[in-house]
Amino acid sequence: MFIMYPAQFNYFAPKSVDETLELLDKFRDDAKILAGGQSLIILMKLRLFSPKNIIDINKIPGLSYIKEEEGYLKIGALTRYSDLEYSDLIKSRYPLLYESIKHLADPIVRNVGTVGGNVCHNDPGNNLPSVMLAYNAEFLVKSISKQRVIKAIDFFIGPYQTALQSNEMVVEIRIPVQEPKNSGAYMKLERRAGDFAIVASAVNVSIDDNGYLKKVGIALGAVGSTAIKADKAEEFLIGKKADKEVIKKASEIASEQTNPSSTPFGPSAEYKKAMAKVLTFRAFKNALRKVGVEI
Amino acid sequence: MTVEITEEPKGVHGMGHKIRRKEDIRFLLGKGNYVDDIKLPGMVYLAFVRSPYAHAKIKSINVEKAKTLPGVIDIITGKELEKVGLAWIPTLMGDKMMVLPTDKVVYQGQEVVAVIAEDRYKAYDAASLIEVEYEPLEPVTDPKKALEQSSPIVRPDKNTNLVFKWEAGNKEETDKLFKEADVVVSQGFYYQRLHVAYMEPVGSIAHYDPVSGKLTIWMTSQAPHVVRTVFSLVTKIPENKIRIISPDIGGGFGGKVYVYPGYVVSAHASIKLGRPVKWIATRSEDMRSTAFARDYHIHGEIAAKKDGTILALRIKVISDHGAFFGDANPSKFSAGLFSICTGSYDIKAAHVEVVGAHTNKPPGGIAYRCSFRVTEAAYAIERLVDILAHELGMDPAELRLKNFIPPEKFPYKSALGWTYDSGNYAAALKKAMDKIGYWELRKEQEEKRKRGELMGIGISSFTEIVGAGPADLFDIVGIKMFESAEIRIHPTGKVIARFGTRAQGQGHETTYAQIISEILGIPVEDIIIEEGDTDTCPYGLGTYASRSTPTAGAAAAVSAKKILDKAKKIAAHLLEAREEDIVYEKGRFYVKGSPDKFKTIQDVALAAYTNPPPGIEAGLEAITYYNPPNMTFPFGSYICVVDIDKGTGQIKVRKFVAVDDCGNIINPVIVDGQIMGALTMSFGTAFLEEIRYDENGNIYGGSFAEYMIPTAIETPKWELDKTITPSPHHPLGAKGVDESATVGSPAAFVNAVVDALWHLGVRHIDMPLWPWKIWQILKEKGAVSDE
Ligand SMILES: Cc1cc2nc3c(=O)[nH]c(=O)nc-3n(C[C@H](O)[C@H](O)[C@H](O)COP(=O)(O)OP(=O)(O)OC[C@H]3O[C@@H](n4cnc5c(N)ncnc54)[C@H](O)[C@@H]3O)c2cc1C
Repeated sequence: MFIMYPAQFNYFAPKSVDETLELLDKFRDDAKILAGGQSLIILMKLRLFSPKNIIDINKIPGLSYIKEEEGYLKIGALTRYSDLEYSDLIKSRYPLLYESIKHLADPIVRNVGTVGGNVCHNDPGNNLPSVMLAYNAEFLVKSISKQRVIKAIDFFIGPYQTALQSNEMVVEIRIPVQEPKNSGAYMKLERRAGDFAIVASAVNVSIDDNGYLKKVGIALGAVGSTAIKADKAEEFLIGKKADKEVIKKASEIASEQTNPSSTPFGPSAEYKKAMAKVLTFRAFKNALRKVGVEI
Repeated sequence: MTVEITEEPKGVHGMGHKIRRKEDIRFLLGKGNYVDDIKLPGMVYLAFVRSPYAHAKIKSINVEKAKTLPGVIDIITGKELEKVGLAWIPTLMGDKMMVLPTDKVVYQGQEVVAVIAEDRYKAYDAASLIEVEYEPLEPVTDPKKALEQSSPIVRPDKNTNLVFKWEAGNKEETDKLFKEADVVVSQGFYYQRLHVAYMEPVGSIAHYDPVSGKLTIWMTSQAPHVVRTVFSLVTKIPENKIRIISPDIGGGFGGKVYVYPGYVVSAHASIKLGRPVKWIATRSEDMRSTAFARDYHIHGEIAAKKDGTILALRIKVISDHGAFFGDANPSKFSAGLFSICTGSYDIKAAHVEVVGAHTNKPPGGIAYRCSFRVTEAAYAIERLVDILAHELGMDPAELRLKNFIPPEKFPYKSALGWTYDSGNYAAALKKAMDKIGYWELRKEQEEKRKRGELMGIGISSFTEIVGAGPADLFDIVGIKMFESAEIRIHPTGKVIARFGTRAQGQGHETTYAQIISEILGIPVEDIIIEEGDTDTCPYGLGTYASRSTPTAGAAAAVSAKKILDKAKKIAAHLLEAREEDIVYEKGRFYVKGSPDKFKTIQDVALAAYTNPPPGIEAGLEAITYYNPPNMTFPFGSYICVVDIDKGTGQIKVRKFVAVDDCGNIINPVIVDGQIMGALTMSFGTAFLEEIRYDENGNIYGGSFAEYMIPTAIETPKWELDKTITPSPHHPLGAKGVDESATVGSPAAFVNAVVDALWHLGVRHIDMPLWPWKIWQILKEKGAVSDE
């Protein structure tokens, strides 16, 4: 609790994914991948977590990229937040992702932290799990013996828990390429700039030519043991015309799906639930405005 | 005299010049020299095992596993310190404190066992192998409960949790005026526990030389001389064999006045081992165990006539001091200068009562003007006055203007006994009102309110009291609160000046140089300022409580004037004239009537060593121990405008104007820097920062993951202005300024937020003003929005 010096560990810096997978297979629960280190190193310094073996993947070439291919936006696991922040593709076509990165920590953390690390760490307060749920993203996962694709909805299991086996790693994040009339917004309530969310709402929305809601993704962060996909609110909205009443109702349904707990000496569960509603409403308002719909 | 402020440096850079800070170059280049930058040959590292419990008996300490870890040199417990009389040491307040416990721990995070190892990693590895068996005892964390009969007793050496009872003022007269009053307003305020969160955590390196018997300690101390004396008295090491060096210090804010167990144990270990021992607290250790600020439970009452004339003030306080009374007040003032609480107002009578309590929390109400309690005082009066204005339906600015001590009443004797040196409170408030466009804002607020929008305007017109102090009133452990300055001019006209103070970011190397330059006409570049080495600097009480310019700054001026007196004699000798006929103008001496034939101060300096006049000693230096005749009373008026988001409860500070008056200004950029820094810290106090303890004594807010200090993003833009009302008794007409904004601004923020919500029936909200607190209130009042 007071220490800032990690316990001893063995350090490996493999040069390829295969080499990494071999090491993971060998050490299993006794090893941890080191990506941006912006969560792992802190836990190690505080000695809340003292893995015996550290596998640093930063020396592996080809794990950092952003490209549209085969109907997906593909992001390499080692891609830094700042790569997304300064990508024209992300800024112009993936507003939800873009905004969530802009509201992630501070420039120093963004220069180092990785997309793969963010989803694998799965801190209930992390920005990207809810974003991935709203986008219906998928993760390409490899182990020494096989490769599989896990859907976001199946990936985030609990606080700091994912569907990954101890010998697996995420190599790629896949977000379906968005339709033309798509928009999105990320609303995050923080105690202070750069802090983890008190509550966050991620909204991805596509409308048809007549202004009806065609595709909707809503997910909420920091209001449960892991990010929550507001699927009931999504269903409620499909095919409806977006107006204030409808969006308010959907925001309420989304809020009802959350299960926040009160923070000691901090925000109450009641407040968080109410904020889930307000932030979802505001996220829709901002997102829809970008495609010319005012509510 | 009133000093003029000039934009461009010209001439020799005396007072009033906006010159850049001389010290900044080394900081900007990363060449500062902090305690942790210092490495000595053979140095070893100290780490502590700390208590997970707030209150527990120590049943056993097992060090066997740790001892055998390679690289571990020594393990030190309270029992060992007890043998050399160091398990307990005196505090600056006449109480005592544990260095390492022998029988029980009294707060979570307390140092329990020290480990010395070859490097820090090993030290912490060993610390995690030490097994301490505790028997948990019931803790008390609420000072009100601590004062009840049934409370557990915090201290093993006391049978009560009562630290002190202190009162000031005329109770009868106050009670009488309260009976006669048309209106009485009363309100409770809790001023939360804070940590200053300086950039550099505390630490020390102790280096004992077994041959000479000299103990040198590099220490993050704001008051190295006092620490040296206390160390000598406690350890019986002769005082001339102790040298304390405070190198560059990364912020102190009072938190580095305290004497920490780490300093003592590192010294003991170095003497024992004959090797230099370094101890540097980690951030989490520092946040959880070093001196806090505030934790003041205030109940205030103000009595007034219907027309708004304030009659009397009554305040009762319960102050939480944690396990040891470790404040650093002048010894006669258990509640510091809290009796400044009548503030800027002409109040006929007042009575204050403060009761201090021990709890199972870390000690040391020092930081942020905390020992002196001026911040708490200003907050109480400025909140009460605002509530009074709202109750009476008067404008808060007008109520203040009506009750200010008028300029012609200075020097003004306050109801609680202080003699305010100078002030013009209305001038500062009016300037702030003009600058911010006060009446237009009030109109805007009215219109917004009709539309259901929440906007508030808050004023705080504070009076500070700084520059302790007159030696007959103020002492620290018996040492009078004078301050020192020694100036030496070398034969070639270059200057080195040394002080008993110790800057931690305040810019003394520039400010003091400007003072000396102002009087002696020597360029600032030619003046080196040194502080913080007890072997070379004259004895002083140190830098805290905004006292350096009022005291050491004055000492510098007096020393410079002493030098000038001698310089005149030498100049007369060089110009072959009588001393009475010598005219002095910044840096030049000439005979009346012939200004073209002059001698410079540099000519005089050379002559002082090469050609002194007959009967006059060689050399050109002076030393002064300045005893201020009074405190100085800086003041100011701050106005804050906020907008509240009805959906989330978030508050945005839209505008903030600060008009400060600290008398004559020595360096305007340094003054503005101090004010902006202090405003930003108080913004943190008002909106973000707090340390809380649950009933079991577990801390919340003990790391930067939880303790939110403001970043540039949410910090408002500060708009600054000044009025100048010189101090009549300070040799330069200057007053202290460091903490003015810390003292003045919290009430402005809270007043603004309450002003925005008053019409909904809100009277007060305790800091920090978190959005969820505001939202809860809006909800109760039916004013939340779901959009
Ligand atoms: C001051 C500060 C503020 C922050 N604020 C925010 C915030 O507001 N929002 C937010 O979302 N985050 C925040 N973070 C956390 C930050 O985003 C981290 O970067 C992130 O949580 C972890 O990513 P990383 O690349 O740093 O991973 P690491 O810390 O290196 O690893 C984290 C975990 O993921 C595992 N891992 C990493 N990569 C892989 C992979 N490819 N396959 C399998 N396992 C992997 C590691 O083994 C480890 O268990 C903050 C961090 C700091 C220091």
